[in-house]
Amino acid sequence: MNGAFDEIRGFPGDTAGRPEFAPLTHWLETMPRAELERRQQAAEAMFRQLGITFAVYGDAEADERIIPFDIVPRILTAREWTRLSAGLEQRVFAINAFLDDIYGARRILADKVIPEELALCNPQFRPEVAGAHPPHNIWAHICGIDLVRTGPDDFWVLEDNARTPSGVSYMLEDREAMIRLCPELFQMFRVMPVDSYTDLLHQTMQRAAPVSAGGNPVCVILTPGHYNSAYYEHSFLADTIGVELVEPADLEVDDDRVWMRTITGRVKVDVIYRRIDDDFLDPLFFRPDSLLGVPGLMAAYRAGHVSIINAPGTGVADDKAIYSYMPEIVRYYSGSDPILPNVETWRCREPDALQYTLDNLEKLVVKLVDGSGGYGMLVGPTSSNAEIEKFRAILLAEPHRYIAQPTLALSTVPTLVEQGVAPRHVDFRPYVLTQPDGVKLVPGGLTRVALKEGSLVVNSSQGGGTKDSFILADEGAVSC
Amino acid sequence: MRLSIDHRTRYSFSQPQARVVQLLRMTPQDDGAQSVINWSIDVDCDARLSKGRDGYGNITTMLYVDGPVDHVEIMVRGEVATDAYAGLVSGTLETLPPVLFLRQTALTRADAAIQDFANSVCGAVSSPHRRAETLNVALFERLGLRAGRSPKTRTAAEAFTQGGASTRDAAQVMIAAARAAGLPARFVSGHCLDGPNAGNHKTAHCWVEVFVEGTGWIGFDPSMGRHPGETYVRVAIGLDASDSTPLSGTRMGGGIEELDVAVHVEAGQDQ
Repeated sequence: MNGAFDEIRGFPGDTAGRPEFAPLTHWLETMPRAELERRQQAAEAMFRQLGITFAVYGDAEADERIIPFDIVPRILTAREWTRLSAGLEQRVFAINAFLDDIYGARRILADKVIPEELALCNPQFRPEVAGAHPPHNIWAHICGIDLVRTGPDDFWVLEDNARTPSGVSYMLEDREAMIRLCPELFQMFRVMPVDSYTDLLHQTMQRAAPVSAGGNPVCVILTPGHYNSAYYEHSFLADTIGVELVEPADLEVDDDRVWMRTITGRVKVDVIYRRIDDDFLDPLFFRPDSLLGVPGLMAAYRAGHVSIINAPGTGVADDKAIYSYMPEIVRYYSGSDPILPNVETWRCREPDALQYTLDNLEKLVVKLVDGSGGYGMLVGPTSSNAEIEKFRAILLAEPHRYIAQPTLALSTVPTLVEQGVAPRHVDFRPYVLTQPDGVKLVPGGLTRVALKEGSLVVNSSQGGGTKDSFILADEGAVSC
Repeated sequence: MRLSIDHRTRYSFSQPQARVVQLLRMTPQDDGAQSVINWSIDVDCDARLSKGRDGYGNITTMLYVDGPVDHVEIMVRGEVATDAYAGLVSGTLETLPPVLFLRQTALTRADAAIQDFANSVCGAVSSPHRRAETLNVALFERLGLRAGRSPKTRTAAEAFTQGGASTRDAAQVMIAAARAAGLPARFVSGHCLDGPNAGNHKTAHCWVEVFVEGTGWIGFDPSMGRHPGETYVRVAIGLDASDSTPLSGTRMGGGIEELDVAVHVEAGQDQ
């Protein structure tokens, strides 16, 4: 944490903190600790009552938990948000253009911007959907772009989630809790509202419908079921929007059209916002061993009778191997330099990058391009010499399978922990929607916070928590 | 040669099913070596059929049958005129670049044994075309071909070690070995008049196409140690057997199913 930028207090040594957020600093300093804790507990009690829980796999004792909530908000100014949203708009536009190209004409491969083999032999490239034409050429209607920050104007894209990003219910519920429990903060700051997200999502679903659906398309949310860790969010969104929440067994395909079974008969479905992975969408086309899924769904999709949000096959746009090419991809489709940079990535398949990586192993994080869960990974700064040397041999044997990245000094935000209020690392996931006339954003997102001191791991399954994210209508506090 | 095909598939269910949905890849297309004179798919029960294409460009037919249904019989009949050719594929609808067919799949992963085999057979051969030829012949000699269908789905690696290969096993081993040797390779399903199972009229067949830079896709039949020729009808392609299979189905209801397939390919009078 040494040297990390704190989003409220500024860089270490800036004793006064960021002047534009001074009222928050004052609020934190004058509020009795017991009162902060009382409010935080009240918020958590509210979440528990609402049932905003998630299941932890293999944890029999507490199969339903709430994600810890932190009462101290993180704040972004209007200027910071304007730049971020322009960058997000550009990036998500490029993601959709890339998907439409890679499953269609493949110009980007012909122009040798990215290696053909890297894209096509990637398991996330789905030959089953090649040649599909989703309405308006939109593939990734909902993206959750994970950002990290290292300084006042230094935001980096850590990951593009273009499959079924979750967590938006926390963005909405955290705001509800803050308005109720800390109304004075909303007098101090002009915070832009986020509650229009569900309307915007509903509109995104309706506008994604096939032309044949007519003026009033039937939209549903498809969930794998109540045992899924994000089931609360699925039912929350369906309730708020006012659409049916269905499981695969509630749908059937007949004559290349999708129908929802109801007590009063079957109803034709035009748009499916699915929260199920590609593999489990349709056993006839993807995983024959899968008992989940809707047989024939892909035939209905390819025939253009139903829209799927996000479209099958979008995983190729957020894959780790493709990630390192995102700056080139953004430049190729948008015609300008990326506003939001990637975390610098050395592709060890390239000789210069490999040499740099070998020379700086003790400073870098080296990852398998197709790995996950920390397997086959070296975190240089926390590894012993012996571990580094062992990894050097592995890397030299198969350099094409690895990428290297610097370890970033992630920004922190004051957070209520056992010892009082202390800085903790955060990341930020705004939700970016794409409609026929362009990208739509609500001013907000999900802030995840690593509750353990010094930890960079913000995942809820690893003990991370959430905070409200204030996007201001102006450059700082209203009064004081 | 004019080939007439009469292919019947009958699924019988021990209990009536509430619904059956099937995906058929059973319709051939014209290409440089074959032209489809007529073709039909019929079902012996009340069903809705709809035609489409999958990502590989194969013609698909979806079949939707309402229950209660205790069996489904699908009859595919047609005539195809074929030319004598030495395996070079032309005039096909190509929706995906050859590089895709370097991809490993669960069914066609080359284990150390297949990798070693590919190296020892093609190590000294520099021309890609010759490498594919050599692999095809070597596999034909090495895999003891067993007539009939595979007892169960085996991976290429399992089939290579266990032996007693079906035509599907032989094709998948060939694909694994070719990709290990750096050659794009794909699975082809179709019909063959004088294939290994032709004697008992069950002549659904499968083989392989290998991509050679500068030449194109070339057909190889490792079950017969030759190129496919005028006795073959090419129907569907895929990365492995699972995504080019003639029929896959799901059903809603209990019990077990029994499958009976009969394929007759007959040579008609020559044109």
